[in-house]
Amino acid sequence: MSKLVQIISANKKFKTPEGERVTALDDVSLEVNTKEFITLLGPSGCGKTTLLRSISGFEELDSGKIIIDSQEMRNVPPYKRPVNTVFQNYALFPHINVENNIGYGLDVIGIPKPERNRRVKETLQLVGLSGYENRKPIQLSGGQQQRVALARAIINRPKILLLDEPLSALDRKLRQAMQLELKNIQNELGIAFIFVTHDQEEALTMSDKVIVMNHGKIVQIGTPTEIYDNPTNEFTAQFIGESNFFTGKIDNIENILTIKTTCSNTIYLKNFDKSKIFKEKNIDVFIRPEELLLESNQFTEKYFIECVVKQIVFLGTDFKILCDIGNNKIIHSVIRDAHRSNIDKCKIESKIKLYYNPLSFKILKND
Amino acid sequence: MTKKNRLFLLLSPFTFYSLLFFLGPMLILFIFSFLEPGIYGGVEWNFYHDNYGRILGWADGEFEDFDIIYTIIFLRSLRLALITVLINLLICYPAALWISNLNPKLRNFFIFLITLPFFASLVVRLFAWMIILKPSGILNQVLISLHIIDEPILMLFTEGAVIVGMVYVLIPFMFLPLYASIEKIDLKLIEASKDLGANKFITFFKITLPLSIPGIIGGSILVFIPSLGNFIVPDLLGGAKVMMIGNLIEQSFLMGRNWPFGSALSMMLMATVVIFLLFYVRSVSKYENETETIK
Repeated sequence: MSKLVQIISANKKFKTPEGERVTALDDVSLEVNTKEFITLLGPSGCGKTTLLRSISGFEELDSGKIIIDSQEMRNVPPYKRPVNTVFQNYALFPHINVENNIGYGLDVIGIPKPERNRRVKETLQLVGLSGYENRKPIQLSGGQQQRVALARAIINRPKILLLDEPLSALDRKLRQAMQLELKNIQNELGIAFIFVTHDQEEALTMSDKVIVMNHGKIVQIGTPTEIYDNPTNEFTAQFIGESNFFTGKIDNIENILTIKTTCSNTIYLKNFDKSKIFKEKNIDVFIRPEELLLESNQFTEKYFIECVVKQIVFLGTDFKILCDIGNNKIIHSVIRDAHRSNIDKCKIESKIKLYYNPLSFKILKND
Repeated sequence: MTKKNRLFLLLSPFTFYSLLFFLGPMLILFIFSFLEPGIYGGVEWNFYHDNYGRILGWADGEFEDFDIIYTIIFLRSLRLALITVLINLLICYPAALWISNLNPKLRNFFIFLITLPFFASLVVRLFAWMIILKPSGILNQVLISLHIIDEPILMLFTEGAVIVGMVYVLIPFMFLPLYASIEKIDLKLIEASKDLGANKFITFFKITLPLSIPGIIGGSILVFIPSLGNFIVPDLLGGAKVMMIGNLIEQSFLMGRNWPFGSALSMMLMATVVIFLLFYVRSVSKYENETETIK
């Protein structure tokens, strides 16, 4: 696959009204392939929108390069770039109707009427808005406005479609439906999507590749499963899914790594690379809440954490148990629907054992 | 006391005041315009339609004559007012566009500058224009010393001088509504347009201009009304040569002592303004229904 977009050590600083300089992009490099669905994921202020705006041409980088389709983009104005954007609040033109909103991109470059009308019709059909041609944006629901914004952005057949948190204004149900629809449309059109979001669920559902950003830096790049299963740093581990973190000293290295945590629990960990373990150094490990179970099986009976139940939260299909493991350190366990009957055994302030498979613990840091 | 009653009570002094001092005089003008002028000024309480007849053409020629000059003056006022609106629009639109793109501090400074002339008396400011425009005035001297002209040209007491004066006086009335509506335009819309392949000019004509129409209409009306009825500017800068309907009304009341005729002229002026206002209200409310900003 050819490289459609290359961003090479992009840097950007902003001046705040107070005169301080804030780093929005700090040595960001990444590549996007054709037909790839990429998500920039991170909390607000992490630089993901700045990165998107630099690609679309509304921000100029302080240093670094953006290459789209092997063409350097410096000094190329937004209207000459082969990208289109779905804006966060859609930015639909309020004074013209749906048809003219969608046809805008064709009208301004002077596509002949018959072809223009045909493509508008096609695109309306693609986003499921046939029959709404003469409505003004104000007369549409949030979801419909979102579709118009999408249709308007894809009608020019850009090489890359940029989406700036396009689903954040929709309610949960609609958002989930649109996630699947976006993915389908992307497959159908075969153009690369760069999707900006702070919603990890969105990122995991749709992307081929997730780029996790924090404080203007890329902290991890990987497929959704890689990012979820093997976060390489605490930020990713915490931002994507929930995690229970432990810090401790290594007690014993054999087949199983034995760790004494700062809360004086003992944790056992398999699945590690012996050559990369430094016994004398602190070690940070984590485990996902759904890996801590109330009942044991043959693999987990010897491995458990003793703790005191502090709170039980009903999440719909799941239960979440918050437990104190000593020193007021709280860990979470998520009990899936199938094990619901076990919940009754847990009483607030009662002592329980949370079993785990030593393969589930992962090392974050050992230095 | 209910909220509604309290509101009514709070508003009643103002309502009473405006009824008495705004609608009252209008009513007097309306009634006077149908009364017979008194011989020594004032009115005789007889129904008399020749005040309008003199202007519109049915005066019988016995006591009052129909004269086309009133129509000519009226049309001239209309023409000068429209030219004033147009020039004001051409000056203020680029200015408003430019200022709305500046940073907030500079923006407020420029708005302050534009409203600054309000702090000085209108008459004083117009005398300043007389000094600039008169044959021995600054402008003529500069042009002569630059050898662009050989002898002073007549600038004062021309229609041009009147237009210059009215444009100058009414600039804030055009600028402020224009600025308000341009500044309100969501920057994201401009970005969206550029993102979709439109350059600056196309974006301006397809997005910025249509979205600032309420400001254009509002500013135009606000400039049109005072320039149509203006009498100070044509009096000072137009002299006896450029008479507008405002001067005619002033003269009928003060020099001619013909109150009913002055009232009839005022009513004609009012009617014109009301027609334009109705047009304004209709077009703006239609526009706002269609393009209320997306929430």
